[in-house]
Amino acid sequence: MKSSKEVGIKGYAGYVPRYRISPTEIGEVWGKDGARMGKGLNIQSKSVPSPDEDVISISIQAAKWAVKRAKLRGEDIGAIYVGSESHPYAVKPTATIVAAAVGATPYLTAADYEFACKAGTAAFQTCMGLVASGMIKNGMAIGSDTSQGAPGDALEYSAAAGGAAFIIGADDLIAKINYTTSFTTDTPDFWRREGQKYPSHGGRFTGQPAYFKHIAGCTNVLFEETGTEPDDFDYAVFHQPNGKFPVKIAKKMGFTMEQIGPGLLVPRIGNTYSGAVPLGLAATLDVAEPGSRILVTSYGSGAGSDSFDIEVTDRIEEIRERDVPSVEDVISNSVYISYAMYAKFREKIDRGEW
Amino acid sequence: MRDVAIIGIGETKIGELWDMSLRELGIEAGLSAIRDAGVKGEEIEKIYIGNMSAGRLINQEHIAPMIADYAGLDDVPSVRIESGGASGGMALTEGYMSVASGIHDIVVVGGAEKMTDVGDQEAKKILSATADWEWESVFGATFDSLYAMMARYHMLTHGTSKEQLASVSVKNHAHGALNPNAQFQREVPMKFVMGAPIVSDPLSMFDCAPLSDGAAAVVLCPAGKAESYMGEPVKILGTGMGADHMAVHDRRELDAMKATRQAGTKAFSLAGLKPKDMDFAEVHDNYTISEIMAIEDLGFFPKGEGGPATERGDTSLNEKVSINTSGGLKAKGQPVGAVGLNQAVEAVIQLRGDAGKRQVDDAEYGLIHNMGGTGASAVVHILGRWN
Repeated sequence: MKSSKEVGIKGYAGYVPRYRISPTEIGEVWGKDGARMGKGLNIQSKSVPSPDEDVISISIQAAKWAVKRAKLRGEDIGAIYVGSESHPYAVKPTATIVAAAVGATPYLTAADYEFACKAGTAAFQTCMGLVASGMIKNGMAIGSDTSQGAPGDALEYSAAAGGAAFIIGADDLIAKINYTTSFTTDTPDFWRREGQKYPSHGGRFTGQPAYFKHIAGCTNVLFEETGTEPDDFDYAVFHQPNGKFPVKIAKKMGFTMEQIGPGLLVPRIGNTYSGAVPLGLAATLDVAEPGSRILVTSYGSGAGSDSFDIEVTDRIEEIRERDVPSVEDVISNSVYISYAMYAKFREKIDRGEW
Repeated sequence: MRDVAIIGIGETKIGELWDMSLRELGIEAGLSAIRDAGVKGEEIEKIYIGNMSAGRLINQEHIAPMIADYAGLDDVPSVRIESGGASGGMALTEGYMSVASGIHDIVVVGGAEKMTDVGDQEAKKILSATADWEWESVFGATFDSLYAMMARYHMLTHGTSKEQLASVSVKNHAHGALNPNAQFQREVPMKFVMGAPIVSDPLSMFDCAPLSDGAAAVVLCPAGKAESYMGEPVKILGTGMGADHMAVHDRRELDAMKATRQAGTKAFSLAGLKPKDMDFAEVHDNYTISEIMAIEDLGFFPKGEGGPATERGDTSLNEKVSINTSGGLKAKGQPVGAVGLNQAVEAVIQLRGDAGKRQVDDAEYGLIHNMGGTGASAVVHILGRWN
């Protein structure tokens, strides 16, 4: 899908809670070899939100930094979409709270998105459409999660928290979005029903028929329609539910570790779900040069992928000088906690009524 | 009683077959066996289908007429046979007896299981229902833990080592690497098997067979008519069933399977053959310890010698007796109710000389051993080359 008008990214920022827990620490509690588990998943630590953090606070922090970086005022933003599978409210949007926090209310359109781990990139595409059609000047797309893993389940070793915000517009672009494609099927690999605290998943079914099929399917359509190949891109960011899948798909499709390295954050922070690809893209933009071309493909269970062909402009260097921390700055500020502390933070301890 | 021959075989690939339903698996295996035999639909008089737990795995009971119907055989009476992991082998015995008795001429025997429509935990729980639910499973005794107990006892009593258990897995993976229908077509080094995560001490991941989707089928006819069909026939020379207490705690022995011993003795006696006459055997290696016990209880090796024999390589392809040339349940895969038919298909391939790289030299006689639950039922067939 090519938009009728040139659109792209004007500002961005990522935020990741500072607390970390290691697979070894988690395994210790459940009688599992956590170190081996971590090695198998290629995850050394995962981020943990503190008790006063949720998708709203994570989104707001990223949004505020993105607005600052783009040198915009809140009222310049005509749309905000927040993609997450852990919105704090079932009914009551996250997006309105973010809008109020950045001063974008009341003259904007806003909504929450859910498409497992790709809700953030779905928000990108909506903003691109609204900007290209001239309905709005600037839109904000956020992918953010405080993902859930049942105690003792395999997901507990990877489910993490974090998010990133992107301002999409048509002028003052730091990166052009040349093209986007989507690939969507009805594939029940991972789900959480209304009212359920933790998601269910199909074990290995989440691999080949789900993640790999959709990422490859979507990326290949982008290659075909744009006449590109892996060598045409300086960087690539793939959805990263663990450290193994993105490396495997990258190699299979002909990308190198150098291309995916800067955006591969999962070994250090775990799987940030809707935040994973937006954060990986933010980290890649942090190191990209003017002219760098970035391939991005997200994946959301249920299932679908969105791919983007992104080209960095000269303005990237200008906005780096603005006083906003890089993704690396945010991630390197970390504190390890015990499983007991983690259990308290994630409200896994029943304190009864008092 | 008439002599009986297998005149056609068919099987699906085994594995996590996300795109195939139980009926599709059953139809693919059944129709390819019918094509291989060259029989017409209207000649088929009866269908037996081995299946462990379609009711719980895919919410479908009454699967025999369902598979027959969708295979275009809605006029053919059919019935499902259930005996846990031995369902397939027991179905083969039923088919054999119906032809041997003279009641039917052409009989199709299939086995099918679809295990990946439920999660791993649920599938394990359903499998554990083939142990004694009221006295074992409900208290938390999983299949893995019951077999682990047998392994531990075998180790204590006979000095069987962890390496010897592992050598079963290494060998079966090496065989599976030569089987294009196997779920795992790769060799695994001893170091890898020894370092695998523990499932239930002393059994680790590579001591346990996977839970798989798959189906297999054979076509039976009276030996006297076998040459009038297209498929190269193989003789069924003997069959035997065995039984034991349902719960492990009621058994007299923990290091042996009485049901296997009984079934083997009966089958050998009917065939007029001895263990040393066998060129190969497919035995029920749902766990590595099961293979060690089976090769002892079937008389290939004295009690306590199964481990050392495997470690020496006596049971590898074209050694003393080739055990699990297909890769066994460990590498070929474990679609539980189909296992007995998967074994029959492998035996026919070997006896026809069609096994390619995993061919047992000059294979004349082979044994197949299929076991249910933790050993409460077992069934053995002895097959022989046509000429």
